[in-house]
Order: sequence, then C-alpha cells, then structure tokens
Amino acid sequence: MTNVAVHALIALLLPAFSFLVLAIVAPLRRAGRPAAWFSILCAAGALAAALIAWNHGTDMGRAVMTPERALAAWLPGAADRPLASVGVLVDGDSSRMLILVALVAFLVQLYSIGYLSDEPRRGLGRYYAYQSLFAFSMMGLVLAPNFLQLFICWELVGLCSYLLIGFWYWKPEAAQAALKAFWVTKAGDVGLLIGIVLLWQHTGTFDFATLQTMAQSAAIPVAGLSVATFGIYLGAMGKSAQFPLHIWLPDAMEGPTPVSALIHAATMVTAGVYLLHRTSWLFALTPDVLAIVAWIGAITALMAAVLACVQEDIKRVLAYSTVSQLGYMMTAIGAGFSAAGFFHLLTHGVFKALLFLGAGAVIHAVHSNDLARMGHLARRMPQTMIVFVIGTLSLAGIPLFGGFASKEEILGAVWAGGFPIPFALLLIAAFLTAFYMFRVIFLAFFRATPEQDAQTMAPPVTTEHGGGAHAATHDVTVVDVLHVHDPPFVMAAPLWILALLSMAVGLYFALEGRLEATAAPVADAAAPAWLTPAAVLVAVAGMATAWLMYQRRTIDPERVAGVLAPIRRAALARFWIDDLFEGTYRIAVLGFSRLVGWIDRYLVDGVLNVVSAETLETGDVLRKLQTGRAQDYVYGIAVGLLALVIWMGLA
Amino acid sequence: MQLQVFLILAATLFSIGLFGVMTRRNTIGILLGIELMLNAVNINLIAFARFRGDIVGMVFSVFTICITVAEAALGLAIVILLFRIRRTVIADHLDLLKG
Repeated sequence: MTNVAVHALIALLLPAFSFLVLAIVAPLRRAGRPAAWFSILCAAGALAAALIAWNHGTDMGRAVMTPERALAAWLPGAADRPLASVGVLVDGDSSRMLILVALVAFLVQLYSIGYLSDEPRRGLGRYYAYQSLFAFSMMGLVLAPNFLQLFICWELVGLCSYLLIGFWYWKPEAAQAALKAFWVTKAGDVGLLIGIVLLWQHTGTFDFATLQTMAQSAAIPVAGLSVATFGIYLGAMGKSAQFPLHIWLPDAMEGPTPVSALIHAATMVTAGVYLLHRTSWLFALTPDVLAIVAWIGAITALMAAVLACVQEDIKRVLAYSTVSQLGYMMTAIGAGFSAAGFFHLLTHGVFKALLFLGAGAVIHAVHSNDLARMGHLARRMPQTMIVFVIGTLSLAGIPLFGGFASKEEILGAVWAGGFPIPFALLLIAAFLTAFYMFRVIFLAFFRATPEQDAQTMAPPVTTEHGGGAHAATHDVTVVDVLHVHDPPFVMAAPLWILALLSMAVGLYFALEGRLEATAAPVADAAAPAWLTPAAVLVAVAGMATAWLMYQRRTIDPERVAGVLAPIRRAALARFWIDDLFEGTYRIAVLGFSRLVGWIDRYLVDGVLNVVSAETLETGDVLRKLQTGRAQDYVYGIAVGLLALVIWMGLA
Repeated sequence: MQLQVFLILAATLFSIGLFGVMTRRNTIGILLGIELMLNAVNINLIAFARFRGDIVGMVFSVFTICITVAEAALGLAIVILLFRIRRTVIADHLDLLKG
C-alpha cells in the first residue's frame, strides 16, 4: 500500500473507531462532553490524514493524482478475481471530496459542542456517536472502489440521516420528518440497486476502475444500458433531492442545525452528484439519460429557488436553496461537464455549511427559526452577520467569493452542452438565489427597528405568516433583543474558518483561473464572453431587488405578492407536490390495497371455505359407515374375504 | 370316506359359526359362534393330518383346543365385566366406536 492509500484508510477508520468506542463504552457515551471531545479528536485526526493523503498524492495540488487503491477481497468470484472487494480508491476527486467531508464533519462536531450545550449528557453522547458513524459512512462512500461498497455506505449515510433528523425523537415533527426522509430516499435507492445489478449483468463487475476501462474501450454493450444508468440516476435523485423526490429535504430541517449543515447541505445530499460525477464515463454512453438529468436539474433549481422566496423559516430558505444548488450541479452533469458540477459541489459544501452554521448561531441566540422574530441582529451579532454575508455573497455568485467561479463554470457548461432552455432556467434561478438570500439578510440582520416599522407600516398587519412579504409588529419582533449576542468561541471558530475558506477559494480562482485538472476548460472555452457579466448582473439585480423590497421598502412586498399571487399561492402549497404524493398514495396504494384485500377476503378465502365445507360434508356422509358395532365390521371382513377368495379363484 | 366329506363338514360348521357371529344379538351367542368356527378349523387340521399321514396337524389341533379354552374363558370374563359396567350384553348397544 502506498502512502496515499494508507492515509486515506486512516481517515476512513478513525471515525469508525470513534463510533465503535462510543457505542461500546457506555460510560464514556453517557458522560456527554468527554464523548464529544473524543469524537472531535478523531474527526480532527481524519481531517489531518485526508489532507496528508491529498498532499502526498498531488504534491500540494500541483500534480494530477494517480489513482491509488487498497483493497481486500470480500466476496469470492470466478477465476480468482473477487466478485466484490472492500477498501479505498483514492484519486483526485475522491481525495478532494474526502477533505471536504472531513473538514465539514470536524467543524460541525466542534460547533455542536456550543450549539447543543443545553442538551442532556446522554443525548450529547448519542449525538456524537451518530456523527462519527456518519463521518465513517460518508468517507466510505467517497472512497468506495466499487458499486457494492458504495451502495452499502449509501444506505449507511441514509440511516445516519434518519437517526440525526430524528435526534429529538420526542418531537412528532422530527420523527415524521426522519421517516419521510428515509422513505423518500429509499424510493430512489431501489432504483440505484436495480441499476447496479443491471450493470453487473451487463458487464460482470462492480469495480469502478474495470468499468471505466471497459467504458472507454467501448466494451460495454450500450443496448439496455439506459435502464441501468437511469436506475443509478434515480438513486442520485433521491439522495440529492431532485424533483420530484426533493420533498424530504425541507422537512429534514427538523433536525439540529449542525446536522443540517453537515448532512443536508455539505455532504450527504451531494452524494448523488458525486456518484454521477464518479460514473460520468458510464453516463456518457447514454446521452438520453443525461438529457433527463439536465432538464430535471434545471427544473429543480428554478422550482426550489421560487419556493425559497416564500419561506418564513430561515432554515427552510437554506434547505430550498440547497435543493436549488443541487439542481445546478445536476444540470452541469447532465450537460456532459460533470467536473463543473463537482467543482460547484466542493465550493457549495463550504459556503452552504457556513450559511447553515450561521443560521444556527442566529437560531441559538433568538431561540426561533422564524424570520419574523428576527430583525436588526447586525448590531447584536456583528460576527455572525459578517460571516453570513460572506456565505450569501458566495452563494449568490458575486466575484471574488467562493461560489462565483463554480457557478459561472456551470452556466458555461450548460450553455456549451447545448441546453439553452435549462440555461435560461438556471439564470432565472440565479436571480432568485441572490434575491431570497438577501431577503433573509435584510429581514434578519438589517431590518429597520420596530419603532420605524410601526411608523411606516400602519395599520399593523395581523396575519403574520402571510407569505413572502410580511410586516413586523411590536409583539413578535426582537422580543428579548438584550440577550441576543454572538456565539461562543467553539461556534464562532468554525464559522470564521469556513468564511475564510469561502473567501480564499474565491480569491484563488480569481487569481489562478481554474481548478487545475478537474475543472472543465472545454466548457469555458465554449462559453460566450457575455456569460460572466450576465451572471454577475443577474446576481446584483437580485440583491438590489431584495434591498429595495425589504430594506428601503420602495417596492411594497405586499403589492409584488399581489401581482404574483398565483405563483405565490402555488409556492406556499409547495407546488402541490407533497399533496400529489399523498393523493397518489391514497388513490394508488390504498386503492390497490383494498383490491388485494377484497381478493384475499372473498376469492382466496372463498375457495378455501368451499373446499373445507365440502370436506366436512363428505366426512359427514362417510362417518355413517362407522357404526361402532363389532358385528358390522365382522360382516365387512367376511364379505371382503369372500370377494378376495372369489377374485383369486377367478384369476 | 374321502377327505372332501370332512372338508365340507368343516366348511358348513364354519359358515354356521360365522352366521351366528354376524347375526346373534347376544354377546354370549357371538362367543358360541366363534367356538364353532374354531372347531371347524380343528376338523380341517385333523382331516388333513389323517389323510396325509402327518402327525404335526394333530399336535397342532391339540394346541388350538387349549388356546380355545383360554379364549373362551377370557371372552366370558370380558362379557361379565361388560355386563357389570354397561348393564347389557346386547351387541347392538355396544357401539361406543360409532363415528
């Protein structure tokens, strides 16, 4: 084993070790804080190992990494080649993704110490055990050398997501959200499993490297391959919250905010994008499936952006924003430039984790998710405000910030891939992204004080949860403003690290141009010159609109809402997609169940009842032969014997 | 005399015994029928022994007679016990095995 593979293995196994220790050593787990620090230590070790692995492999990012593998045979196969193996496959993509996972996992675990400071000791230990398990599963997924290990880890991260969404399991919404997340992603996972098995049937192997060689030498039969790739895409669709399986992600916000930052923004939900990027050589063989990926990605991006504009819950805005950004990545992959999508995955992981952790700091201070209960926080929480604005600028795609380069890359890729309509959808979504994020900023941090509000907004609006536009009244706004303050050091440090990273990434790409080998220079070359100005212009326009509507109040949000009433009503109903699923369930599943129930009750049971009744009746007739009188039996014996004798005599 | 004569006698006796077993309503009568059938067998054994010059048949019939005696004693004992329990020896009433 090479140095790189060894360090990747260490990074993978440290969280597993931490989970096992926390799971087995009950006193440590129940101690709470010691368990937390133990888990954080392991996560820090994993981050260090991941960085060393990347450093060794790429010589500080200067060289292209040669794939390194460390495998152990697992399932025996024909001809001395194992059917499946477990281990790590470290290459340029997986080492970068590994760093992202380890980094965000470490920072989130550190942050959680502060965020969950009110949690009872046992709960804290349980939380960190789950966190460690998640870090292990996610790294296992990232480093998986074949589809089988990937699928196992895929399910494991789903389980961790379920456990952590339902961490406050006594809250009915949290328990339901956990179940919903599990079921909806599971629906996609069935497709993934079918896809993997079909692919195995086609090629006889699960191994990525073998498959890639086969794909590049055109050794994979293309006929029927679309079904397999579409199945794999279904898995990615469920995990990466693509329309119409995105419905679980907003509900998943019932979990603790650091969990949302780690699992539902930076890492797990991007697993689908990662999978598609990892197998892009396979998807390249089925362009029709790729077109579906692109269209659904663009639709998801726009739809989620519209939904984000009407949310009143700060975490839900971020959740829909995540869905929208995942749509961006998927569109780029669908356009054939998966590297652009992967690039956005990495930058998005950093700044979206930052935004979630920033929102967590606000929620921790205000004790509410509701934007209506926030306002004018900039004075009380200046640090949080600064990092949140950095994250927002990154997300909006403002030059010199993290998301700018990758977003532009995606837009260029989609244009170059020949998808003008998805490109337009993405451009509208970019406008909305800037708009809804700055809406949050103005509402939460910069809104005029309640006194000024009361002067401008007369009479006070009573329907508080009306939708996109809303008025602040005295009783709900900034109630205990005196207690609101910046978070403690353990929470502030991860925020600053992520904020500086977002800036550093942006500056690096502004200076260096591209992310060395992974970025797609092809996409850039084909992109027209007006693309960058257009993207920036759209983002600035979104910012300006939000400023005019929520800060200056030159445009009355209520009037805008009135003009866009149909869209707003649809968005408030989440485009009826949840209702559609429920209706489908009621009509299709329950109807089918009733039909099956009827068949079972009347047809199957009927046949059995008739058979049993007939048997009873026959028995009733035959029982009369058994008189119980010995003489009748003697009679029978005699007649029988006589018959026997006669028969033998004749024969 | 010929062997057939004895065989016909034995067959007649057997049939009479069987008829008694099947038709008598009294349990004692049935036992008597059984005795007749057994003795028909004895006649057969002795007749064959006599005409074939084989002494074994005769020895065998002595055994049969002994066993018949034991059987008759046992049967009568059963009938007496039956009468004590059920207060009847009519075979038609002894139908506990009726299905």
